[in-house]
Amino acid sequence: MSNDTDQLLRRVLTDVLGLKPGQADGFNADTGLFGHLPELDSMAVAGLLTELEDRLDIVIEDDEIDGEMLETYGGLLAFAEAKRAEA
Amino acid sequence: MRPTSWPCPLPDGGTSREYALAFDRQRRHRLLILPALFDEGNRLRRFTVEVMRRLDAAGIDSFLPDLPGCNESLQPLQAQTIPGWLAATIAAGRHFGATHVLGVRGGCLFTPAELPALHYAPVKAASILRQMLRARVLSSREAGREETREVLAEQAQASGINLAGYELGRDFYSHFEPLVPESGAILIEQGKVGGSGLWLRAEPDEDAAQTDALATILTVEIAG
Repeated sequence: MSNDTDQLLRRVLTDVLGLKPGQADGFNADTGLFGHLPELDSMAVAGLLTELEDRLDIVIEDDEIDGEMLETYGGLLAFAEAKRAEA
Repeated sequence: MRPTSWPCPLPDGGTSREYALAFDRQRRHRLLILPALFDEGNRLRRFTVEVMRRLDAAGIDSFLPDLPGCNESLQPLQAQTIPGWLAATIAAGRHFGATHVLGVRGGCLFTPAELPALHYAPVKAASILRQMLRARVLSSREAGREETREVLAEQAQASGINLAGYELGRDFYSHFEPLVPESGAILIEQGKVGGSGLWLRAEPDEDAAQTDALATILTVEIAG
């Protein structure tokens, strides 16, 4: 399941950031997201989270969203995996 | 392609001139296109216009009007109402002599019942608002203000709200929120167009393969 979440997350980021196929494969735990990519503004993050909810079948509450989880790929992946484990 | 304008009915009985893009060669098949709404409208505009170019080449006229309060409109968005937008889309369809209507995403919520309709990736109004509320919560948090979607939604119903720069009036918000696309339309899901929807992109983008695919589907449905 962990691999599956990883793949789904890379696919959502590819769709939101308009990456070329395979480009998201280069993301590692330390790859910077919110605050590092100028195109990832609050509207784009809102879209990203909503898309994650739909594709991972999870519900993300406002108070669960913090800077740390959005700052790096590793942070977002850990959050998504934890949400799926509790779903 | 030619920029033009059309007479849009106002609630007080008057009319305003609203802008539209038109590919008009007086052909038999004439497609009114209702654009995606708010931020999605920006992200999908280039894609929408590229589809119109393909339709022109395929022998179909098309018309992309501004809804009052959107894009180049001089009307305040804050003053718009749902019945007003429905009246506007009917008026646009009649003015341009449309034979069919295409809704793009949120535009599907306003396709006039009197025209055969096609819906591309239709979306519920509640989904559009959910995302805009979430964006507002995120940007407020960046600015050091804590807000919640629940409280903001209550505020919107009571006195209107500014979401991602879009000033939505109280009545508009309350009547918009429950809207869902009508079921009678020909449905064009993203899966038929291929790839991922360009409304997901953080920045406006284009995709020639998706443009070709959507234009081909529309041509077959309208003229085939």
